[in-house]
Amino acid sequence: MADIVLDIRGLNKSFGALKATENISLDLRPGEIHALIGPNGAGKSTLIHQIAGTLKPDSGDISFLGQPVGHLGVAARARLGLGRSFQVSSLAPEFSALRNVMLAVQSRQSSSFRFFRPVKKDPTLVDPAMAALERVGLAGRAGVAAAELSHGERRQLEIAIALALGSRAFLLDEPMAGMGPEGSRQLTEFLDGLRSEAPILLVEHDMDAVFALADRISVLVYGRIIASGTVEEIRNDPEVRRAYLGDSE
Amino acid sequence: MAISRETVINLVLALLLLAIPFAAIQFGNPFYVTLATRMAILGLAAVGLNIALGLGGLVSFGHAAFFGVGGYAAGILASHAFSAQPLDFGILSVPGTTLMPIIWLVALGAGGLLAAGIGVISLRTSGVYFIMITLAFAQMTFYFAISWPAYGGEDGLSIIVRNSFPGVNTMVPLNYFLICYAVLMVALLVSAFIRDSRFGAALQAARQNEVRVASVGIAPFRIRLVAFVISGMITALAGALYADLNRFVSPSMLSWHMSGEFIVLIILGGVGRLYGPVAGAMLYVMFEFLLGGFTERWQLFLGLALLGVVLFARGGMLGLLAGKARHG
Repeated sequence: MADIVLDIRGLNKSFGALKATENISLDLRPGEIHALIGPNGAGKSTLIHQIAGTLKPDSGDISFLGQPVGHLGVAARARLGLGRSFQVSSLAPEFSALRNVMLAVQSRQSSSFRFFRPVKKDPTLVDPAMAALERVGLAGRAGVAAAELSHGERRQLEIAIALALGSRAFLLDEPMAGMGPEGSRQLTEFLDGLRSEAPILLVEHDMDAVFALADRISVLVYGRIIASGTVEEIRNDPEVRRAYLGDSE
Repeated sequence: MAISRETVINLVLALLLLAIPFAAIQFGNPFYVTLATRMAILGLAAVGLNIALGLGGLVSFGHAAFFGVGGYAAGILASHAFSAQPLDFGILSVPGTTLMPIIWLVALGAGGLLAAGIGVISLRTSGVYFIMITLAFAQMTFYFAISWPAYGGEDGLSIIVRNSFPGVNTMVPLNYFLICYAVLMVALLVSAFIRDSRFGAALQAARQNEVRVASVGIAPFRIRLVAFVISGMITALAGALYADLNRFVSPSMLSWHMSGEFIVLIILGGVGRLYGPVAGAMLYVMFEFLLGGFTERWQLFLGLALLGVVLFARGGMLGLLAGKARHG
């Protein structure tokens, strides 16, 4: 189907005897937030890594915007518009927040092989980067080195980078982790608006955020998807309650 | 516009290096002109390495290969010009030359080609493996030069008369210093442009976090390969100048001692700093000369100085004088 943005079919990945990903199929449609939940060690990050291209699956197909991407590297997938944030923030620590975003802007313009014009005062880089920082509420910290940003600010910065990249889909790996309640609330609000721009595959432990945001939820346990459906369906699924949510709720 | 402290120090270093030969002549010590020329050439070689090592974090322990190839380019072309026998490539035969600008172009081309070949393979590794594989490649060129009798083998190759530059008598030491100094300044300019450019941003980001660079859609391998080639070209150019300074080229230019020396220069002066290699080369040659006068074991003291820098002044001499490096 042409209107499926990200389509994953029959993905498998084993580390020795451990099946981290077992026959996983899921998709991401325009305008939706598809949440991926599951206990620690269920293989959520492993799955994100395979979609982004940092890990190679043993078998299965991934296509993005109707095009198979299984053979492409991380950089090529990012250029197609697959933007991601990391479970553990991954930034250029010595660069300021602004320069981290500028890197995404220059990649979007395919201009990394320019040797002469200094980047620092180049409005074609600075302006779009600043706009992305403003959207996530980080404009006031533009000049601060990434290493000196707070945990939550680094999360915001990663999202700003994905925005500046002009992403056609977002893979967000626990964007709320380590944020205070106020930060989580703001980010929830922000992601709510973001879905109309590009769909989001959201890995998250913060259940309030997941239930508030998700159009669909898939539950991953021991490398397998045990249930997939709307928020209501997942809430009432007996297997999910047993495996993950806990019957006491 | 505020001028940073580092800019002031860079300017002082540039003027100081320029002043040495003039002062030397003034005080009737023309030998110091050659010392200053050595500083400029070793500084140039290290400026080349600094692009890979300082900006890109690629610790190449094989830059002697490029230095030596540049040296042999000068030696071989000059020897063919003197014997009036063209270089025979089978289908094509090319006359030798004693013109520096042509020799430099050949050195740049040969250094770039060699760096592309070595880089394509070496850059698939990282860390200690990268250090070792670049060392291995450089040692291959070293043994190749030793076992190739046509150009002197182990004994090396003399350049009978220093190669010429249009309109300049290169045999006058001050003139030759000025040529080397001018080349160094151009290389520093190129290096500054690269550092501040989009390419430089990607290169420096790849040093800090490879995964981040790939995740925004820039393949680190290609960026690093181009940086490695530029780096090798500049070091090869330095090699051509060095051969002309000594009027002699030998396999020792290709040995791993040379590669180590370049790394030492950069660490002494300041890794990744524009003038780090220049400061390092000035210190190194001064050490070699002053302490070499007292004792043959001057490298013991160099080792101590290096130890001091690594333990107490990570930013090298420039870090000590100008403070921590800043990225806007």
